[in-house]
Amino acid sequence: MNLNELSILSLYSAMAVYALAFIAFSIDLAKRSSAVDTADVESAKARSGEATSVGSAGGTSTLTRISARMVNDAATPYGRSASLRVGVSLTVLAWGLQLVATVLRGIAAERVPWANMYEFAMTGTLLIVTVYLILLTRIDLRFLGTFVTGLVLILLGIAQQYYVEVAPLPPALQSVWLVIHVFVASLATGFFALGFALSFVQLLQARREDRVDTDKPGRLKFLKTLPSAVTLENLAYRTNIIGFILWTFTLMAGSIWAERAWGRYWGWDTKEVWTFIIWVIYAGYIHARATRGWRGSRSAWLAIIGFAAVMFNFGVVNVFFKGLHAYSGL
Amino acid sequence: MSRPSDHIDSAPAPAGDGISQPKLGFVGTLRWFWRQLTSMRTALFLLLLLAIAAVPGSLVPQRSSDPNGVTQYFTDNPDLAPVLDKIQAFDVYSSAWFSSIYLLLFVSLIGCVIPRTKHHLQALRAKPPKTPARLGRLAGFTTRTAPAGTDAATAVASARTVLKQGRYRVALFESPTEFSVSAERGYLRETGNLVFHSALVGLLVVVGFGSGFGFSGQRVLVEGQTFVNTLLAYDSFNPGRFFDDTELDPYTLTLDDFTVSYETANLEAFGQPVDFTAGVTVTPRGGDAEPGAVRVNDPLRTGGTSVYLLGNGYAPTITVKDPEGTVVFTDSVPFLPQDANLTSLGIVKVPDGLAEQVGLVGFFYPTQDESSTGSYFSSFPDLEYPVLTLNVYAGDLGLDEGVPTSVYSLDTDSMEPLATRTSDIQPLELKPGETQELPNGLGSVTFENATPDAEAGDFSGSVPRFASFDIHHDPTQGWVLLFAVLVLGGLLTSLFVPRRRLWVKAIDQADGSVRLEYAGLARGEDPALESAVTALADRHIALLERSAPVVSPVEPA
Ligand code: HEM
Repeated sequence: MNLNELSILSLYSAMAVYALAFIAFSIDLAKRSSAVDTADVESAKARSGEATSVGSAGGTSTLTRISARMVNDAATPYGRSASLRVGVSLTVLAWGLQLVATVLRGIAAERVPWANMYEFAMTGTLLIVTVYLILLTRIDLRFLGTFVTGLVLILLGIAQQYYVEVAPLPPALQSVWLVIHVFVASLATGFFALGFALSFVQLLQARREDRVDTDKPGRLKFLKTLPSAVTLENLAYRTNIIGFILWTFTLMAGSIWAERAWGRYWGWDTKEVWTFIIWVIYAGYIHARATRGWRGSRSAWLAIIGFAAVMFNFGVVNVFFKGLHAYSGL
Repeated sequence: MSRPSDHIDSAPAPAGDGISQPKLGFVGTLRWFWRQLTSMRTALFLLLLLAIAAVPGSLVPQRSSDPNGVTQYFTDNPDLAPVLDKIQAFDVYSSAWFSSIYLLLFVSLIGCVIPRTKHHLQALRAKPPKTPARLGRLAGFTTRTAPAGTDAATAVASARTVLKQGRYRVALFESPTEFSVSAERGYLRETGNLVFHSALVGLLVVVGFGSGFGFSGQRVLVEGQTFVNTLLAYDSFNPGRFFDDTELDPYTLTLDDFTVSYETANLEAFGQPVDFTAGVTVTPRGGDAEPGAVRVNDPLRTGGTSVYLLGNGYAPTITVKDPEGTVVFTDSVPFLPQDANLTSLGIVKVPDGLAEQVGLVGFFYPTQDESSTGSYFSSFPDLEYPVLTLNVYAGDLGLDEGVPTSVYSLDTDSMEPLATRTSDIQPLELKPGETQELPNGLGSVTFENATPDAEAGDFSGSVPRFASFDIHHDPTQGWVLLFAVLVLGGLLTSLFVPRRRLWVKAIDQADGSVRLEYAGLARGEDPALESAVTALADRHIALLERSAPVVSPVEPA
């Protein structure tokens, strides 16, 4: 068995473990829902233990109570859960296996393992999980486990369609900018993915909070155990701006590479167009957060559209659009 | 902060603000319009519109990046294409509608940045605002008791020291019952934001004018050939609007050799090129010749220009002689590659010297192979078994009409096929060094061998290669880079430098102790505000304890 075959084996194992982690995280969400039921029956006093702060003139009042660590201002406090811990442990294990798979692929190819669609997917999803695990050490985002493992499984599944054998880099890709530009783009994608998930949960949470006012029960009961919409929004914002900065850098590094490779730094090639579109959407998102009437759910939609564009850029533009960036390896 | 009135930090406009007032007058209307244009809502709307407007250019081929794609699109969609062309769908990024969106956006941007800059310059000189009467409702509110023996004035003075060390701008306030210090930091946040937005304007301006001052040109060189950087030496030349030919620096560039290496170890990628290198010699005007190299991803910078390697292929040397043996044509002719294994197509035109004008359409196979149907193909891009086939046509080459014709194509409509796959005589077939008679006794053609002394069967150097170079000059690139760096730097500071106010208050209590109060206020995203307040309190108390008069400790019983 050669290194590449080992890499494939390791990747398959990682996928299997991700699937198990996905199941564990899903069980946790189900348990949260039943915990909410119990808590509701017992008493309603657990509600709003930590009220959002009161504003003061001129300041961005909603932000003042968000410390570097997440305030868990969930409506129903939620204790420790075995399935949650199992989910995280399995994710770490799967991440380790995927890291081995990616490194082996790189060694087998004698270069960085991100030079075609299959390898982008492998490295990109590895980075999504890496960013997630790093954030976990600072904030409790374990409730996103189903999303992260689910997304990674889907992307790795799609990547199998694009499998190509190990091949040396064509001269067009032999550049330090491949290392920098593509890596940073993948890292940005990792942050955008989590920002997307947070914005998505924020929307669900905002709907639930509206319903609480009108006293109509929702179906997604576990939402009560998650942070409030405002907290989720602030987390999403912080995650997305890191993604945005990395994306800005990606765009600039890409221009520098384009100048070295094609003799012009910007030429509206399809891939350049989509990189630009994504950048502008997220700039819009950042503005929306600072515009009265747009903070909250409206700006969250922009973050969601932004991530949809990122996925489109990766999955559709690479494969189906014609352009100079014809390196999907197909 | 003089932000647009609908910025989240601005106080909501009082009811009846301009918008619904009945008579505005001319100036009033203008002012109203200007306020709308420079509002956050408009900026957001224009940004989203810009994103949407950029999409069509990725769906339809663009003249700027894919001119052949546009031609193809016209052939494939003869009805739709002219309609799309009317709305500038093939020139989206220079179209009237795309341009008006981004120009409006930038007008809005400038209108937004100028008042903010003015305001910010004032804020930079102003004192931090007065301490609020009640700190209890502010973020991170913390209270401590000063060590015994410290009075309120001293406590506040040392708080001021701690804050100044933390690079806060400070102001002291005093009332009969309390002393306080008001501190603010993070002006850099707003500075970063303004630098970011201004640098975007700079970027737009230099990118807009940039292409006007430069040029781009193409030139094909066969191994051994030399190019002098003058207008006439280019195969094609596209000057910018403001470019002056006399700016060309007439250096010379010689293509000494062109080397390609192919993957041969990995069977999955067999024959894939792994390196292209054009070995060149550059001689600056009045200088000494220097060796250099042009590679993919690694242009050569010389004489104010950048030289890029654009393409390459084989340039078989072909000699045509008349029946008496006089040379009427000899040249290394660049053949255009048709596939990954470098099956290449080339044209030879012999207008004079033979009984008739002769055109040759040649196919070159660096490693010739034969399919089951008998047609030839190349099975490897390197020179393992090179074969040249020539279709021969006689008649009118169409050169005399004065219409420019491409050296890479031959119009055979008004020519007689003498040796082609469908004529009686099959195309001529030659290996390096071989000569064949042309049909009808017109003369002979030779496929020259560049290394006639090589061992039999070694063809590796038998056919010269050519490289096509793209030569660019863009004097504004440095500026583009500078503004890009400012954009990134501004972005980082504006998103990560916290702008905050902190207050420390010392209040004399009835029992003689001094109560210390700490609180903060974020101006923009500041996740670490609360811990900053606590840290300030801790450092302040530590300082006070160190400098407090020593009160004799009371031994516990
Ligand atoms: C080319 C168009 C524009 C782009 C790409 C853009 C992009 C951005 C970005 C990325 C930020 C966040 C980073 C920072 O604070 O520096 C930002 C913030 C901001 N922009 Fe723009 N902008 C544009 C136009 C405008 C215009 C026209 C206005 C005025 C109406 C404006 C006003 C602001 C304000 C006030 C902020 C601060 C937001 C906050 O308080 O968080 N921008 N912009």
